[in-house]
Amino acid sequence: MRNLFRGELVRLTSEEPDAFAKVEVRWQRDTEFHRLADSDPAEMSSEKKIKEWFEKRNEEVKPERYPFFIRTLDGDKLIGFLGLWMDLIHAEAWVGIGIGERDHWGKGYGTDAMKLCLQFAFTELNAHRVSLGVHEYNPRAARSYEKAGFRLEGRTRGDVMREGKRTDSLWMGILRDEWAQMQGSGL
Amino acid sequence: MNDILNGTLVRLSAVDPDEFSKAFAGWRRDSEFIRLGYSSVIRLGSQKNSQKSIEKELEDQEVNQHWFTIRTLAEDKLLGDIGLEVVNWAGRDAFVGLGIGDRDFWGRGYGTDAMNVLLRFAFTEINLRRVTLTVFEYNPRAICSYEKAGFRHEGRMRGLLNREGKRWDEFFMGILREEWMEQNGNTNKNN
Amino acid sequence: MFDIQTQLFEGKDIRFGPIDYEKDPEIESKWTHDSKFMRMYTLDPARPMSAALVKKQYEKLEKQIEEDKNSHYFAIRAKADDRLIGKAVVQWIEWTNGNAWIHLGIGSAEDRRKGYGWQALSMLIRFAFAELNLFRVSARIPEYNTAAIALFKKLGFVEEVRRRQALDRDGRRWDLVVFGLLNSDWRNQVGA
Repeated sequence: MRNLFRGELVRLTSEEPDAFAKVEVRWQRDTEFHRLADSDPAEMSSEKKIKEWFEKRNEEVKPERYPFFIRTLDGDKLIGFLGLWMDLIHAEAWVGIGIGERDHWGKGYGTDAMKLCLQFAFTELNAHRVSLGVHEYNPRAARSYEKAGFRLEGRTRGDVMREGKRTDSLWMGILRDEWAQMQGSGL
Repeated sequence: MNDILNGTLVRLSAVDPDEFSKAFAGWRRDSEFIRLGYSSVIRLGSQKNSQKSIEKELEDQEVNQHWFTIRTLAEDKLLGDIGLEVVNWAGRDAFVGLGIGDRDFWGRGYGTDAMNVLLRFAFTEINLRRVTLTVFEYNPRAICSYEKAGFRHEGRMRGLLNREGKRWDEFFMGILREEWMEQNGNTNKNN
Repeated sequence: MFDIQTQLFEGKDIRFGPIDYEKDPEIESKWTHDSKFMRMYTLDPARPMSAALVKKQYEKLEKQIEEDKNSHYFAIRAKADDRLIGKAVVQWIEWTNGNAWIHLGIGSAEDRRKGYGWQALSMLIRFAFAELNLFRVSARIPEYNTAAIALFKKLGFVEEVRRRQALDRDGRRWDLVVFGLLNSDWRNQVGA
């Protein structure tokens, strides 16, 4: 069995509150990043508040939540996050991913992290399917998910409003069988 | 879609802390009932305390736990309880525990019926892949009932219990989803 | 044989010790980032933990041990440099029946295949039988952990229960095997 947390460009980690708070403060300042990744209004919190929030959030280990962070193998730089939330009864996993460090966009880090994510979801959590939502105005991410095997399953029309415009959310999913086939193995 | 919590003799229903703690206070006085189902000493606490701890247990119940009372269909009489605890979500494996507190209902198929209903819930509502149970060597009536419900013997832990100056084994039994489906004439091969 | 001289917590190359809150969390955090170790050590899905989370886990553990009084936890340390190399526990002790579950792991691949597991398990068993006076100890091991199965068998554990296809990892199902060792069997083995 391989190490599920180590890819070719990145590794998945659990971060100390200090380390997380430092980068999160910077990522919050980049509102383009925030608006691509999130639907909540952009905001900025103090490092102290972020640390408190983080510690409280991680107080309990829950079988439904798998929060990861992404570090580059080369240089061990903390560049983003990858969160998995599992509906245990129906074995459906939801994923949220974001690369906060701009200079690491478009270089395959996100793709490598997503690969690890799917492997983890399908061979450790045994999800039947993995789902995600992406903003219509984030075509780069949508394309990257398609490359990873996700298929567009639907869109909720005009559920997000930003800069005076209504935009859609795209909903994508990948099934275990589809993923297994992509691996070319007898999963 | 049928009413899956109904069997032929019993139905599974919610645990009401007040009602259940009162009933359990009565059953608990029967030490044979306790020794058949529990491996360790049960303290004779007050009914008030018992109710409190049941309330807490229900409150704490997370997605892992599914606890029901067993009631007769005929007269809605509270007989006992049955519960599932998922121990491994990735493997979709849960432990089941069942107790009929009312002696008059022992050996008459009520327990087996309750187990059948629970298994249907486990396999078709929570989508589990196997259900496990443990039962004491000196409880042949329960072992027989579980065999009827489709559980297979998987081994025994030697001398796990020390009672009445003797050592007793604890049996493990398990049923896989495929086995249950075959037994229940369901050839749905989904997952 | 009434031997109170032989140390319970000192082995040849390793010793059992308490948790070191300063040094251990970071080391254990590293182990949790290796899913290969986690898949051997725990049945729950592997998840990495920061040193902060490990520390919290230690605190919860020590609190629970104090409250329930039904487990004994040991950090396995290399005698040479007192480095944390693994963990061992006798847990879920049922005093009236005299039984408990045993669990241990050597966290880093470099520290395996050196006999430390054998030393730790021997010490753990001796503690359970000669000091806790238990009647039997049990262990549950996934079928794919062949190294652990071999080690436990070497020390006299017998396969008692096979929970068929109870685990699903890496794309296939595996059995979960329960092993047991009786105090009397152990005494015969060590000629005590």
